[in-house]
Amino acid sequence: MMYILRRIILLITTILLVSMITFGVFQILPGDPVRTMLGTEADPTQIENLRSELGLDRPLYAQYVDWMKGLLTGQLGDSIRFSMPVKDLLFDRLPVTMSLAGITLLIVLLISLPLGMFAARRQNKISDVSLSTVTQIGMAVPSFWLGMMLILYVGLQFSFFKISGYIPWTQSVAGALSTLLLPALTIAIPQIAINFRYVRTAILEQVQLDYVRTIRSKGMSEQNVMYKHVLKNSMIPILTVFGLIMAEVVAGTIIVEQVFSLPGVGQLLITAISNRDFPLVQGIVMYITVAVVMINFIVDILYSVLDPRIRLR
Amino acid sequence: MKLRNGGLMLLTFMMAFIISACSSNGEKVPTSSNSSNGQTTADVPQEIVVRVNDDPDFLDPHKATASISYQMIMNLFEGLMAPETDGSLKEGLAESYEISEDGLTYTFKIRQGVKFHNGDDLTMDDIQYSFDRLMGKNGGEKMSNNFDNVASTEASDASTFVIQLKEPNSNFLYSLTARQSAIIPKSNDGKHNENPIGTGPFAFVKYAPGTNLELKKNEQYWQEGLPYLNKVTFNFQSDDQAAIMSLMANEVDLTSVPWHRVGEVESSYNLSHQNNNSSLIITFNETKAPFDNVKVRQAINYAISKSDIIDSVFAGYAVPLGSNMSPAMGDFQKKGLESMYERDVEKAKALLAEAGYPDGFKTKITVSSHNDIYSNIAQIAVANLQEIGIDVEIEVVEWGIWLDRVYFGRDYEMTTIDLTGRASAYEVLNDYISTNDGENFFLFKNEEYDKIMADVLKETDQAKQIDYYHRAQEILAEQATAVYIADYQIVWGSDKQVTGLKSYPFWFHDMSEVKFSN
Repeated sequence: MMYILRRIILLITTILLVSMITFGVFQILPGDPVRTMLGTEADPTQIENLRSELGLDRPLYAQYVDWMKGLLTGQLGDSIRFSMPVKDLLFDRLPVTMSLAGITLLIVLLISLPLGMFAARRQNKISDVSLSTVTQIGMAVPSFWLGMMLILYVGLQFSFFKISGYIPWTQSVAGALSTLLLPALTIAIPQIAINFRYVRTAILEQVQLDYVRTIRSKGMSEQNVMYKHVLKNSMIPILTVFGLIMAEVVAGTIIVEQVFSLPGVGQLLITAISNRDFPLVQGIVMYITVAVVMINFIVDILYSVLDPRIRLR
Repeated sequence: MKLRNGGLMLLTFMMAFIISACSSNGEKVPTSSNSSNGQTTADVPQEIVVRVNDDPDFLDPHKATASISYQMIMNLFEGLMAPETDGSLKEGLAESYEISEDGLTYTFKIRQGVKFHNGDDLTMDDIQYSFDRLMGKNGGEKMSNNFDNVASTEASDASTFVIQLKEPNSNFLYSLTARQSAIIPKSNDGKHNENPIGTGPFAFVKYAPGTNLELKKNEQYWQEGLPYLNKVTFNFQSDDQAAIMSLMANEVDLTSVPWHRVGEVESSYNLSHQNNNSSLIITFNETKAPFDNVKVRQAINYAISKSDIIDSVFAGYAVPLGSNMSPAMGDFQKKGLESMYERDVEKAKALLAEAGYPDGFKTKITVSSHNDIYSNIAQIAVANLQEIGIDVEIEVVEWGIWLDRVYFGRDYEMTTIDLTGRASAYEVLNDYISTNDGENFFLFKNEEYDKIMADVLKETDQAKQIDYYHRAQEILAEQATAVYIADYQIVWGSDKQVTGLKSYPFWFHDMSEVKFSN
C-alpha cells in the first residue's frame, strides 16, 4: 500500500517537474505558433484575430496556470495547430504508437531471448562469434536508414506491406499488421542486438554458478536446466535492460513514424514542436512521462514476481 | 510446467502472426476490386489519392491562409469568380458581371439552381453573409484586409449582387475567387471549420489530423457531368523521398517528385511539369549596410550563377528569372531581364570596389530548414560570393524561427526563399516588395516603384496596365532588389491512367476534371 502511494506521489512530482521544464523551454524557444501556422501570406488582421481567439495574447505564465488548472480537472485544452481538443488528437494516435511499441517489444523478445540462449550454449564457437559480429553491426545501424532500406527491399517487393499510413485493427487485423510490421522491425533490430548481448552474458554468468552443476549432477535434463533454472535466474538483469529498451522503443517510434508516415504520437510530437503548439506538446509530454513511469512501475513489480526475496517497499 | 506453457504461448503468437499474414493476401483481392464499384466503367478506378506535404491550417476558407490549405480546399468552395490556368479569371458562381465606367460598381448576375453540399439552395443571403463575415459585419471580427476598399455590398434582387468600392481597383476581381472570398452557407455558421460546406465539385467527408482529408463527389454540382471521380483523398506525407516510394508502391496516385529522382519514375509514370509561378530569390535586408548600396547588390547579382543553382539544386527543372514575375504569367512578364546580370566576376569585383568594399566583407545568410533547397542554394551562393571576396556564413534555422526573425522581425542580413505564386500580376509585384505592403521583408524602398503600384490600380485598360507592370519589373532588375534566381518547376508524377490534371499559376490540385482512363 505504502509502495503504491509512494509511486503515485512520484508520478505527480515527475509530471509537475516535466511540465515546468517544457514550459521553461517554451519560454526560451523563438518562434510563434500563429505565424508558423498561417505562414507568410497571413495578413495582420488574421494573425491578431487568431491570437486573441486562442488566448495567446496573454502572458505565457497565465497560459501555463490555465493549462495546469485544466490538467487538475482532467482537461488538456485545445491544440493550436489543429483547433481540436488535445485529448482527441492524443487518443486518435495512441493506438498506433501503442501497437507499434507492442509489436516491437514482442519481436525483440521472440528473437533476442532464444538467440541469446543459443549463443550462450555455444560460447566461443563459430555460431556464437558470428552472431556477436552481426549484432554489433545491428547496433550501429541508424534506424531511419534501416527504415528506408526495409521500404526499398521489403516494402516495395512484397505487396502485402504498406509503406505509409495506418490501417486500424478494428478495420482489418492483417491491414494493421501490413502497416506496422516493417516499422516495428526497424525499431526492433538495434534493440534485438542490444538485448541479445545482455541475455547471452546473463546466461553465461548463471551457467558458471554452483547450483547449475548440482542440478546437472542430480540428472536433470539440459532442457530443464536451461529453461527452468538458468533462464529464470538470469531474468533479473535482463528485465532491467528490458525496462530501458521499452523507453528506447517509445523514443524510437518518433523517428520511425516519420519515415513510414504513421500517424502516431511521435509524428504528432514533431508537428507540435515545430508549430510551437504549447498545449499539444504538454499533452504529449504528459503521455510519455506517464508511460515511462508506468513501465518502471511494472518492471518493479515483475522483480518481486521473479525473485520473491525482493520486496516492494 | 509453467515454462512449457510459456513456450506454447510463444508458439501460438508466432502462429497467429503467420496465419494473419497469409490470410491477408487472400483478403486483399476482393477489397481492391470492391473499391472500384463506380457507376460508369467497372474496371477504371473512381478514387484518387493525392499526396500533399502537410495538413491544412484551417478548413474554414475564410480562416485559412496557408497555400497548402487552398491546394486542397478549393475543391470544396467557389467564389463569384474562378481562376483559370493561364492566370486570368472566369465566371464562377456569378454567371456574368458588369463594371461601371468609374470602376466603382461591380454588378454580378448570380447563377441559378446552385446547391450547397448540404442540399440547400445558394441564396443571396448566403453571399451577403459570406462578405459580411469577411468584413467583420456579422458582429465578429474582420477576417481579411482584402475588402477594406469595399463601401457596400447588396443584393438588388434575387439574382443580382452589387459591390460598391470606395476607390477604383483594377485588381479587385481577383479577390472574388474561392481563395479570398469563398461563398459559404449562412446556415452553417459557427461550424465552417469542423464541417465545411461549399458549392464546389467535391464535398467534405472527414479530416483526420496528420493522416488525410477525404472528399466525395458533389452529385448536385452545377457544371453538368462534373466531377468524374467519386472520391478524392489527400494524404499528408511530409517526406518527399518517402512519398515517391508510396507512388511506386501504388499507395498514392499523384505526388510531386524530387528533381533528382525523376529518372527513377520517368518510364512507368506520367510526369507533368508545372511552372510554380513562385520566384526563388536570395535577398538582403536593404536598410543594413552594405546592402543599402545598390552597387553591392548588383555585384552580388553578377557573382551568383543562376545556372549553377538551377543545375545542381533543381536538376535543370527551373526557368531563370530577372524579376519577381515568372514566364507562367504570360504577357505580364517583361522578357529579357533574366540575362541582365550574366555571371561576371571581374565586373562584380569592380562594382564592389566602387561601392567601397575592394576587399569584400563578411556577412551571414539565414535559411529555413523546412526544405533542403534553401540550404543547398545557400551553399552555392557562398562558393560564388567567395570568389569576389564576400565571406558568407550559413545559418540554418527552423521555419518558425525563420518566420519570426527574418520574415516578421526583419533581423537578418541575407536570406533565400521562394515567394509564393499569386494569380494576379499586381499581387506578384506588390506583395513582399512595395512599401505599401506589410510583407516587404527586404525593406526595399523606391518611390517610382510605389507610385507605379498605386497608379496601376486606377488604370482600367489592360495594355496600359501591362506597361506599368513591365516598368516595375525593370526597376526591380535595375535596383538589384534581390538576386532573382529562378521559377522552379514542380514535377508531378502520376499514375499512367490519370488524365485531366490542370496546372494553375499557383498551388491548386483541381480535381474537378480528373479521371482514370485506360
